[in-house]
Amino acid sequence: MSDQSTIQQAWESKNAAPYLKSSRRGLDEDLVREISQSKNEPEWMLERRLQALELYNTIAKPAWGPDLSKLDLASITYYAKASGTESTWDQVPADIKETFTKLGIPQAEQKFLAGVGAQYESTTIYHNLKQQFKDQGVIFEDMDVAVQQYPELVKEYFMKAVPANLHKFTALHGAVWSGGTFLYIPKDVKIDLPLQAYFRMNAKGMGQFEHTLMIIEDGAQGHYIEGCSAPRYGVDSLHAGCVEIYVKPEARFRYSSVESWSKDAYNLNTKRAIVEKDAHMEWVGGNFGSHVTMLYPCSVLIGEGASADHLGLAFANSGQVQDTGAKVIHLASNTSSNIVMKSLSRGGGQSIYRGLLDIRALASNVKARVNCDALLLDGDSKSSTIPEMKIANNTATVAHEAKCGKISDNEIFYLRSRGLSKEEAETMIVNGFVEPITRELPLEYAVEMNRMLKLEMEGSVG
Amino acid sequence: MLLEVKNLSVEINEQEILRDLDLKIEAGTLHVVMGPNGAGKSTLSNVLLGHPNFKVSAGKIIFADQDITNLSPEERAILGLFMSWQHPPEIEGVALDQFLFLAYKNIFSARDKNWQAPSVFEFSEILKKQAEILKIKLELLKRSLNVGFSGGEKKKIEMLQLSLFNPKLAILDETDSGLDIDALKIVAQSIKDYHQNKGTVLLITHYPEILDFIKPDFVHVMIKGQMVTSGGEELINIIKQTGFSSFIS
Repeated sequence: MSDQSTIQQAWESKNAAPYLKSSRRGLDEDLVREISQSKNEPEWMLERRLQALELYNTIAKPAWGPDLSKLDLASITYYAKASGTESTWDQVPADIKETFTKLGIPQAEQKFLAGVGAQYESTTIYHNLKQQFKDQGVIFEDMDVAVQQYPELVKEYFMKAVPANLHKFTALHGAVWSGGTFLYIPKDVKIDLPLQAYFRMNAKGMGQFEHTLMIIEDGAQGHYIEGCSAPRYGVDSLHAGCVEIYVKPEARFRYSSVESWSKDAYNLNTKRAIVEKDAHMEWVGGNFGSHVTMLYPCSVLIGEGASADHLGLAFANSGQVQDTGAKVIHLASNTSSNIVMKSLSRGGGQSIYRGLLDIRALASNVKARVNCDALLLDGDSKSSTIPEMKIANNTATVAHEAKCGKISDNEIFYLRSRGLSKEEAETMIVNGFVEPITRELPLEYAVEMNRMLKLEMEGSVG
Repeated sequence: MLLEVKNLSVEINEQEILRDLDLKIEAGTLHVVMGPNGAGKSTLSNVLLGHPNFKVSAGKIIFADQDITNLSPEERAILGLFMSWQHPPEIEGVALDQFLFLAYKNIFSARDKNWQAPSVFEFSEILKKQAEILKIKLELLKRSLNVGFSGGEKKKIEMLQLSLFNPKLAILDETDSGLDIDALKIVAQSIKDYHQNKGTVLLITHYPEILDFIKPDFVHVMIKGQMVTSGGEELINIIKQTGFSSFIS
C-alpha cells in the first residue's frame, strides 16, 4: 500500500472508531449530569451545564451558511467516557497509527489525535518549562483540572466571552464540554516561547467539545499554538469546541492553530477574544479537512487603542465546504484591525469567506483593513466572499480588498518548463500563495502546514 | 540534426496558428527567427516547450533523435530544451533560490542517475557565481520569483537559468525586448558564451538590434504561421531596410 492511499483512507475513514462503539448516543439531562459527576465538578458548573442544555433545546440550528440538515444531532456520541469505555492506544486501528507515523508525528501527539486518553510521559524539557512557568505564576493546565484547582478564575471567565446563548452549538458546548486548555498569564509576565498544546496532554477525553480559556493579565505577553498535521480521529463526526481569550490592558497575545478534521466531520467552532485598552490580539489559523467547517474567530475591541490581527487559511477539497472568516467588533476609539484571509479550493470544494466588520457609533478614528484572497485550483471548485460591514462612525478608515482567481496555467507551465512536475509546480504556487500565513507560524508548524498542503494537493482527483 | 520540426500545424481554441511549418536545427548552430507581430513566433516556442494549451493537429517535433511531440514540458526540460521567456511570470511567495534549487535537482538527477545533488550551501555558491557574472543583485535570489523585478532583471534571471541548466537547445523568445543598452550587452554576452560553449540557439525576435551583437548562422522569416524564407545574415539587412513587407506575398 502506498503512503498516499493509507493517508487517504485515514482521512476518508468514516470514523468507525470501534474502540468507542459502546458509547452512548444522543443528549439529555441525565447525560449532562453524568458528565459533570464523572468529572466530580462543583455544583455551579453543573448548573451552567444544565442552563446551557436548556438553551440548546430551544435554539434552532443556524438558518444561514452551509447546509447542516444532514447533521443528525441525536446520533452523536457526546461523551465517550460516559459508558465507561476506557479507550486505549492498543485499540486504535493500525492504519491510523501508520498514518500518524508516516506524517512524523510524535507518539504523545498521536495518542491525542487518536482521541485516546494519553498518558503523557514527561520529558525534562517539559518539566523545566513547566517549572519556569510556575515560578512566574503562570497556570497552564487541562481545563477539567482548572475547574477543580482554580474555581474562582474559571467561574469569573468561563463562557463570558462566548456565552452559551450565542448559537445552538455554543449552547451544546456549554452542556457537554470536556477537556481543553486553561492558561493564565499574570500581570507583566512575558513568555517568549510558544506554549504548545501537547504540554498538557496528560488529560483525558479531549478533542470533541474542548474548552479553551485563556486570561492574559495587564501587560502580559504570550503565544499559544496547537496543531496537527493529521486528521483528528474523533469520537464522532461533530466538533464544537470553544476558545475564549481575555486580553487585558497593554497585554499581547497570539493564538495559532493548524486544524485538520476527518472528511465527514462537522467542525463548528467558536473563538472569541475580548481585547482591552492598548492590548493586542492575533489569530493565526489554518483549516483543513472536515465536511463542513464554520469558523469565524472574533475579536471584540472594548478598550481604547486595542488592536487585532486575523490571519487565516482554509483549504476546501472535494466534498468540503470551508465557511470561514473573521469578525471584529470595534467598540472603542482608536482601535484598529487587520484581516488577511486566504482560501484554496480544489476538486469541487467550496470556500466561503464570511466576515464581519462592526464599527460602533462611539468608536472614533477606527482603522480597519480586510483582505481576502481566493485561489481556485481547478474549474470545478467554488469560492465566494460575504464581507459584512457595519460602520456607524464616519471617522473610520476602512480598506477592503478581495481577489479571486484560478491558478495560472502560465505560471504552472513556466515552472514545468524548468523541470518541475505539474504537482510540484502547483504545490510551489500554492505554498507561495499561503506564505503570508505560514511565515507567521513557528518553523515546525509552518513545515506541518506545508506538508498538509502537499497532501491536499496530491490527494485529490483531477 | 538536433531539432527537426516536420509539417507542424498547431491550433488553439480551434484556430490554426501554425500551418505546415518546417524547421531544422543542427547542433551548435545559431538560428534567428524573425517576423512581424502575430506571425506565430511565440506559439512556435511555446509548442516546442510543450505548452498544454496548444494542440498539435499535424506534424511532429523530433529532438535529439526522439519524437517529443507528446512529451510533457518537464520531460522536454530534462532532455535539454530551454526557453527564455519574453514575459516570465511573477509568482508571489515562491523564493527564486528555492525554486531554482528544486529545478536544478530535478533536471540533473533525471539526466544522470549517478549525479550527486549539491547541498543547499554548495548550490547557493553556484548561484552566486552565476549571478555575479550577470551582474544580478544577490538579494534578488531570496525574493519572490520576478515579483517587482525590472524588465532587465527578469531577462537576466532567465539567462541565469540558461547557464544553470545547460540545455542542448536554448529558445530565446524576444530576449532583447525591453532592455536598456547595458542590460542588452550583458544578455547578448551570455548568449554568446552559451553558444561558444557548443550551445544551440534559436533566437526569436522582431527587433534586429540584438543582431548587432550576435552573429547568426541562419535566419528564418516567419509570416502567418509559416516559415516563408530561410537564409543567412543578408535577410537581416533586408528587414532592417524594408521591414517584413517584401516577404508578404
